[in-house]
Amino acid sequence: MIEVNKLCKSYGKQGKINALNGISFTVDEGEIFGVIGPVGAGKSSLFRIMASLLLPDSGTAIMNGHDAAKDYRKVRQIIGYMPERFSLYQDLSVEENLTFFATLFNTSIEENYHLIKDIYQQIEPFKKRRAGALSGGMKQKLALSCALIHKPEILILDEPTTGVDPVSRKEFWDMLGRLKEQGIIILVSTAYMDEASRCDRIALMREGEFIATDTPRGIIENYREILWSVEGTRMSALLTALRGYPEVKTSFAFGDKHHITVDESFQPDALRHFLADKGFHDVRVELAEPTVEDCFMAM
Amino acid sequence: MRILKFLIEKEFKQMFRNPLIPKMIVMYPIMVLLVFPWAVSFEIKNIRIDVVDHSKSTYSRRLTDKIAASRYFILNDIPPDYRTAMWNMEQGETDMILEIPTSFDVDLVKNRASAVGMAVNSVNGTQGLLGSNYVTQIVNDFSSELRSELTHTLPAQSRASMMRMPRINIVPQYKFNPALDYKSFMIPGFMVLLLTIICGILPALNIVMEKETGTIHQINVTPVNRIGFILAKLIPFWVVGLVVMIISVSAAYLIYGLWPAGSVVAVLFSAIVFIFSISGLGIIISNYSENMQQASFLVMFFILILILLGGMFTPVSSMPGWAQAIASINPFNYLTKTFRMLYLNGSTLADVSGNLLMLALFSVVLNGWAVVSYKKRG
Repeated sequence: MIEVNKLCKSYGKQGKINALNGISFTVDEGEIFGVIGPVGAGKSSLFRIMASLLLPDSGTAIMNGHDAAKDYRKVRQIIGYMPERFSLYQDLSVEENLTFFATLFNTSIEENYHLIKDIYQQIEPFKKRRAGALSGGMKQKLALSCALIHKPEILILDEPTTGVDPVSRKEFWDMLGRLKEQGIIILVSTAYMDEASRCDRIALMREGEFIATDTPRGIIENYREILWSVEGTRMSALLTALRGYPEVKTSFAFGDKHHITVDESFQPDALRHFLADKGFHDVRVELAEPTVEDCFMAM
Repeated sequence: MRILKFLIEKEFKQMFRNPLIPKMIVMYPIMVLLVFPWAVSFEIKNIRIDVVDHSKSTYSRRLTDKIAASRYFILNDIPPDYRTAMWNMEQGETDMILEIPTSFDVDLVKNRASAVGMAVNSVNGTQGLLGSNYVTQIVNDFSSELRSELTHTLPAQSRASMMRMPRINIVPQYKFNPALDYKSFMIPGFMVLLLTIICGILPALNIVMEKETGTIHQINVTPVNRIGFILAKLIPFWVVGLVVMIISVSAAYLIYGLWPAGSVVAVLFSAIVFIFSISGLGIIISNYSENMQQASFLVMFFILILILLGGMFTPVSSMPGWAQAIASINPFNYLTKTFRMLYLNGSTLADVSGNLLMLALFSVVLNGWAVVSYKKRG
């Protein structure tokens, strides 16, 4: 179980930049906890403190009963950490990297092979290849194998899917699901909102604070806005036009559509006419299901 | 211990897998020992000289030939007048002008004395100074040669009085480096440079590289402790440094016939003491740098101080007080001194113990600083 209590961390002279602003949360056994937020929200600082790589200014992070700041030796034994950037030895082979980290933890690949089997089997054909020559998705799998090789109780993954192709991302989340079944606590951060639904619980993070912590469903159920999606050509001009419509409260690009939140008096036909007057003829306006991203934007 | 052995294994693996480092470790000593000693020399040779001979006599021609025959000078031109010679100097074709007056032979025979004029391009101060010294020497030589010749033509009485005139001849005796070979002086210095680069700089850059690629984070979350990690970085380079040192000592003997006049064991022992201190400096550099650019800049900065204020090229004793103060806390300086004493003076370990003690002190201070300045968690 992870218990984080009022963590604060600031950088710069006189602590001008607040990376963490009194964060508290708990994560239970066998749970995937996602921290979701844009770049610069403080996700990495939070994870680095929990991985015992950074000392907090105040507050505590208790990892399965061990304080990450005071009892860091013990914490390092029970966590597996995957940093934001691929940081294995590019000039060592896949197998050498794995052996290296296994040995540093006084174990061997054979001893914990069952844990990494699913993941490692996919890269095992390339085990003689240097890590630097692997594709992005394979690098991710190797990094995860290395983080798992010493049988950690808690897995801390800092933006593991950033820069990975969609297929590999899906595979990666499937693997996390299987690891969760083995009772490993998984803490994962991401800037991709669509990955939120794969977590048991998520925290939306902005400017060093958790603005909401709930299950993905709970977060969406709490959404109180009326949401429509608008689709057409000349999307960026369309967005400007939408912002000029009085009943539109907010509007932002969402994939290949625009999502708008509107007043209760909103009539889609009125908007269609408004847009047609402005030269947008082939516009589709439909009621949309809110997603985590919409919740995030509304906060 | 098992972990340390494994870490060192990994370092060696990476070192030999690197496309550049193993080649450099071989190329660098070869370059330093085969090429530099010939090029980096303060002997001034090949000074180009113009002789303006107004006299055009036997004597003036003999003086000209004498200068042209010297290994220090190349006779560039014999221009008709000083203006042409000066023009040559302005064009950068000549470095010195020697002007022999019209009355040179008459003066010598009649008055037993004459004067020559000399102009030196002293943009390069050392060349100017040494060049004019060489010419003075040749002219002095020439005049004593003439003196003994001319004495014979004198009447007996004046010859006798001439012989009674006091003359001082200086006969220098060059100790420890009798052939005045600059190479014997520089090679021990170059060995110190090799050790500095291989044992001080390379491990520092290696540690910073782990920081830059982020692998250090991955290491930091393992139970590997700080000392183990750094030792694993240093030991391979210490081994390489010692191997290079042994190669260098052998190469210096085989190529230049240079063998320590003192004990060769003392040379290797001092090298080891030095390695500890310079490794400490390297780790300090790595502690204060976040990336390779910062580290490289710091390295350049320190290398320049180490070498230029380390007595390798210019003697420390002729530096201003503040520079001597820096040199007195410069490990490079102490090992250069030690190596030269062991190589040229034939000193014993006891003679250099003062230097070694200072190096040991630097090791303690620098490594202590390195440990204190290391922050495992920011």
